[in-house]
Amino acid sequence: MAEVLVYVDHVDGAVRKPTLELLTLARRIGEPVAVALGSGAEATAGTLAEHGATRVLTAEAPEFADYLVVPKVDALQAAYEAVSPAAVLVPSSAEGKEIAARLAVRIGSGIVTDAVDLEAGEQGPVATQSVFAASFTTRSRVSKGTPVITVKPNSAPVEAAPAAGAVEALSVSFSAQATGTKVVSRVPRESTGRPELTEAAIVVSGGRGVGGAENFAVVEALADSLGAAVGASRAAVDAGWYPHSSQVGQTGKSVSPQLYIATGISGAIQHRAGMQTSKTIVAINKDAEAPIFDLVDYGVVGDLFEVVPQLTEEIKTRKG
Amino acid sequence: MSLRIVVCVKYVPDATGDRHFAEDLTVDRDDVDGLLSELDEYAVEQALQIADEADDAEITVLTVGPEDAKDALRKALSMGADKAVHVEDDDLHGTDVMGTSLVLAKAIEKTGYDLVVCGMASTDGTMGVLPALLAERLGVPQVTLLSEVSVEDGVVKGRRDGDTASEQLEASLPAVVSVTDQSGEARYPSFKGIMAAKKKPVESLDLSDLEIEADEVGLEGAWTAVDAVVERPARTAGTIVKDEGEGGKQLAAFLAERKFI
Ligand SMILES: Cc1cc2nc3c(=O)[nH]c(=O)nc-3n(C[C@H](O)[C@H](O)[C@H](O)COP(=O)(O)OP(=O)(O)OC[C@H]3O[C@@H](n4cnc5c(N)ncnc54)[C@H](O)[C@@H]3O)c2cc1C
Ligand SMILES: Cc1cc2nc3c(=O)[nH]c(=O)nc-3n(C[C@H](O)[C@H](O)[C@H](O)COP(=O)(O)OP(=O)(O)OC[C@H]3O[C@@H](n4cnc5c(N)ncnc54)[C@H](O)[C@@H]3O)c2cc1C
Repeated sequence: MAEVLVYVDHVDGAVRKPTLELLTLARRIGEPVAVALGSGAEATAGTLAEHGATRVLTAEAPEFADYLVVPKVDALQAAYEAVSPAAVLVPSSAEGKEIAARLAVRIGSGIVTDAVDLEAGEQGPVATQSVFAASFTTRSRVSKGTPVITVKPNSAPVEAAPAAGAVEALSVSFSAQATGTKVVSRVPRESTGRPELTEAAIVVSGGRGVGGAENFAVVEALADSLGAAVGASRAAVDAGWYPHSSQVGQTGKSVSPQLYIATGISGAIQHRAGMQTSKTIVAINKDAEAPIFDLVDYGVVGDLFEVVPQLTEEIKTRKG
Repeated sequence: MSLRIVVCVKYVPDATGDRHFAEDLTVDRDDVDGLLSELDEYAVEQALQIADEADDAEITVLTVGPEDAKDALRKALSMGADKAVHVEDDDLHGTDVMGTSLVLAKAIEKTGYDLVVCGMASTDGTMGVLPALLAERLGVPQVTLLSEVSVEDGVVKGRRDGDTASEQLEASLPAVVSVTDQSGEARYPSFKGIMAAKKKPVESLDLSDLEIEADEVGLEGAWTAVDAVVERPARTAGTIVKDEGEGGKQLAAFLAERKFI
């Protein structure tokens, strides 16, 4: 069976969930061969093998952390040349998309970004994309070269599928461009202890209606009662009430959880672009005319400072 | 020495309007209102600020798109850019990102540049990969997704706020930069700016000027194919209740019924 390269997104050996989802999709079109780079690369092998990687190609070098993107492109290209895969799958993170795009130019292939599903087709893998703020669904494929496809988080289930996962060292020679953009310093994001926004099964978001940074405690309490991640609209972020890394929408994170709860958010098109593919949508807003209500499975017209604390209490009671 | 800045700007269908696809499954750009992609306003703004800081700088705005795309160039010129380049050719219809990046790279090389500034993503294709593709094709550093950017002594510096960390980046010119909507509000064109823009030069280029063959671009030359486009069915109307003191409890019951609690 044809091999499929899967680019591994990990933090010091801890594989992030979107990569495990990619392995599920990769198995639909071939045998997954994972490529893990940088510090902790070998430590990813166990998890990757459990989820279907037949081989794990690893490379560690200081260049991966010290310079932006290009060293990783060099390594992925080396893997591509070593494996001659039927397709290359990369998680749709900002960096993942850039790596995938540059690889595509180098190998003379087309690229499809932000797929939300992937299947085998007669002319190669067929990607589903959700476009124009999720108002259209398209089916696309790469028609020239080896398909390079980036896939959004929450596009497939994580499935156990034990495979060999044999670790092999990948030999990489860095290109002249590799050291072009220096990473002078890096400040890791502090963990909130809550699930990662793009990966969470439930997201609770607050908007301008929350009215202030300290009021976000109300949103956080609801999130914690559900084990959810906290998101925010751009209005709330711009006001400085919540960090930009929590912004949901066109220029923030795009989320696709099982449940999305919008509190004090009107539902502007740019916000909808980042959450409209959520499976179940709930909104609490005091304005019955707010556009967000056009999307909801369940909406409460009311003051969030009344509704949300009551909801949180009721959840706690029901959970005992 | 003059700092030559090229800003890539895209003309896109208005996101608040009725966006749809044409029969050949390309975006319908004829039948809908277009505008300068809002995210490219941030690119123009940062270019203007970088030019202000430099002793001597010239800003060229560049677009690849149909006749109407001139509107996007005019807007950027009225914000303060010096001149414009418009790549326009019937054979460009249906060009995908590989083709677009090829055309832009050739046009940038022809124009001459020290710094290329892009938006973080267009508001239609929203791929967010074009700046990286340009850097790859031009063989220069990419300094992308910056929420803060400055240029001094031939070096571009910026802050990139990523998924897991915030990074300070640095590269020597020439380079390709992209800026996010966190980089600073874009200015509104002044009346003076709008009047001045009418006199600024707009150069038109076609594929032959860039020595690109028709079959390298367009629908036929595309590296990707769209096989189907389906409008997402409108969501079935959900339940909406008015809070009369029990709204939170009612919502909890709904969440329990859906097994979220
Ligand atoms: C290029 C571009 C990119 C953008 N990207 C994004 C993005 O990524 N994400 C994003 O979110 N936005 C984005 N925006 C901004 C977007 O257009 C909206 O301005 C923004 O989403 C509004 O946020 P909001 O819903 O919180 O605020 P508002 O639209 O002001 O809505 C606040 C809502 O809160 C309700 N409310 C007030 N008080 C209460 C209360 N006590 N109880 C209940 N409800 C209450 C109000 O009825 C209102 O509906 C972008 C805009 C542009 C131009
Ligand atoms: C809904 C949709 C989905 C698409 N999916 C794909 C796909 O999966 N694969 C594919 O190959 N093509 C795809 N395309 C086509 C692609 O959008 C165009 O080729 C486009 O010109 C480049 O991609 P982008 O606009 O998404 O660029 P982005 O990478 O999002 O744009 C980043 C920046 O590049 C600059 N830029 C982009 N286009 C131009 C331009 N024409 N002129 C000047 N500057 C520009 C701007 O500064 C912009 O802010 C898609 C188009 C649409 C509308």
